[in-house]
Amino acid sequence: MADYPANLKYTKEHEWTRTEGKKVVVGITFHAQEELGDVVYVELPKLGSSVTAGTPFGVIESTKAVSELFAPVSGKVVKVNDALTGSPETVNKEPYGAGWLIEVEPSDPKQVDQLLDAAAYQKLIQDKK
Amino acid sequence: MPRQTPLYDAHRRLGARMVDFAGWEMPVQYKSVVSEHEAVRTAAGLFDVSHMGEVEFTGPGALEAANRLLSNDLARCADGQAIYSGLLNERGGFIDDVVAYRFSPERIFICVNASNREKDFRWMSERTSGTKPINRSDDYAQLALQGPKAAAILQRKTAADLSALKTYRFTEAEVASVACILSRTGYTGEDGFELYCAPGEAETLWFALLEEGKGEGLVPAGLGARDSLRTEMKFALYGNDIDEEHTPFEAGLGWTVKMDKGDFTGRAALEKQKTEGVRRKLVGFELLESGVPRHGYRILKDAAAVGVVTSGTLGPSVKKPIGMGYVPSELASEGSTFAVEVRGRPVAAKVVKTPFWKKQ
Repeated sequence: MADYPANLKYTKEHEWTRTEGKKVVVGITFHAQEELGDVVYVELPKLGSSVTAGTPFGVIESTKAVSELFAPVSGKVVKVNDALTGSPETVNKEPYGAGWLIEVEPSDPKQVDQLLDAAAYQKLIQDKK
Repeated sequence: MPRQTPLYDAHRRLGARMVDFAGWEMPVQYKSVVSEHEAVRTAAGLFDVSHMGEVEFTGPGALEAANRLLSNDLARCADGQAIYSGLLNERGGFIDDVVAYRFSPERIFICVNASNREKDFRWMSERTSGTKPINRSDDYAQLALQGPKAAAILQRKTAADLSALKTYRFTEAEVASVACILSRTGYTGEDGFELYCAPGEAETLWFALLEEGKGEGLVPAGLGARDSLRTEMKFALYGNDIDEEHTPFEAGLGWTVKMDKGDFTGRAALEKQKTEGVRRKLVGFELLESGVPRHGYRILKDAAAVGVVTSGTLGPSVKKPIGMGYVPSELASEGSTFAVEVRGRPVAAKVVKTPFWKKQ
């Protein structure tokens, strides 16, 4: 299903990751942005800071709710999507494209393998419904 | 189990996302909060507000009985006129904020908040002798049709002359062959109407209006848009911005208090507060840096907590982070600055003129 691309890995907290060489791009899933509703504010970590797998690295706010963002992998933040400051709604429009959040250089590249594949993630959100 | 309005099935069919609000399963959005908000500002939106309660006083002495409980003055209204009013406790704090409809001196109809239905009815019953209030909450569904296109859409479904119905006036009329109390009131800052009808006919009315307004951009709108629309107007939400601990003078709602109308519950306390002056006031502010103010965030001045945010959002029409909150009176004038604590970080804020949104 196009809503959950097969080339991505997913977390139980509804983030996705895409491995690009030695870097891992992180965003939130189609399901996550749909649940949140209109995203109005995104708070992301500073360039060069460290994130730890399973712990919050930022905050995303919709018109109604404040939610934490959880790091899928541990590592150093090497890119931050600053464009979201001016247009946070991009997260809703293109959750897997221009709505990406951060890029991480993982301290342990194998960590990604422990994340869910598209089928497992879809099962997770189906079971929730 | 949360309660459901007569329109529950309609919401499900329209693909609404449902949430629990004050013990009711209500639509928070159909498509998106922002698109529904914008539809109300530019075209029209239809809200289900059937969770609201209704209390009626009827018979000789109805006006006097209701008026003794309200801070505003029904005696000054004409028949067919409605007023926004506080229903206050002895300390002058809000038991609720209500809209009271004067059909005649012998029939007063009061719309109360969903969260306060039982409390208000009990409060009013315990404080009236002779003319007792009747709880009509289960006898009415309520729809709110709001937006600049609302009048044109509604006019095609009713024989009542809407051009003759001014703001805060109401009449009884058929809309799409459904008997309604039709009132030119709302909670959005736009022109609009609230329609009270029998629960069994709510769905007929709902779909008739949606169908009629489709071509003009009318959409069903949820509680999410209702909240952002009212926040942009600095309209108080009971339980957020006003409660039993805050008086109309503190909330900037002094205009709903008529001290010269004779005695009413809370009057003595308000008299005292008026003499002594209020120590805190509900202000509207905007953040000067990025962030979104939320209910419960602390307001800081020189690193000391001096107040609390009661409502806040990123205003979809004003396109700014806006909010309201109680601050010491000396910080309440336009242009005063303070900080709002957003997740441990002080964010600069400034008191601004309200409403935040001016009708276009």
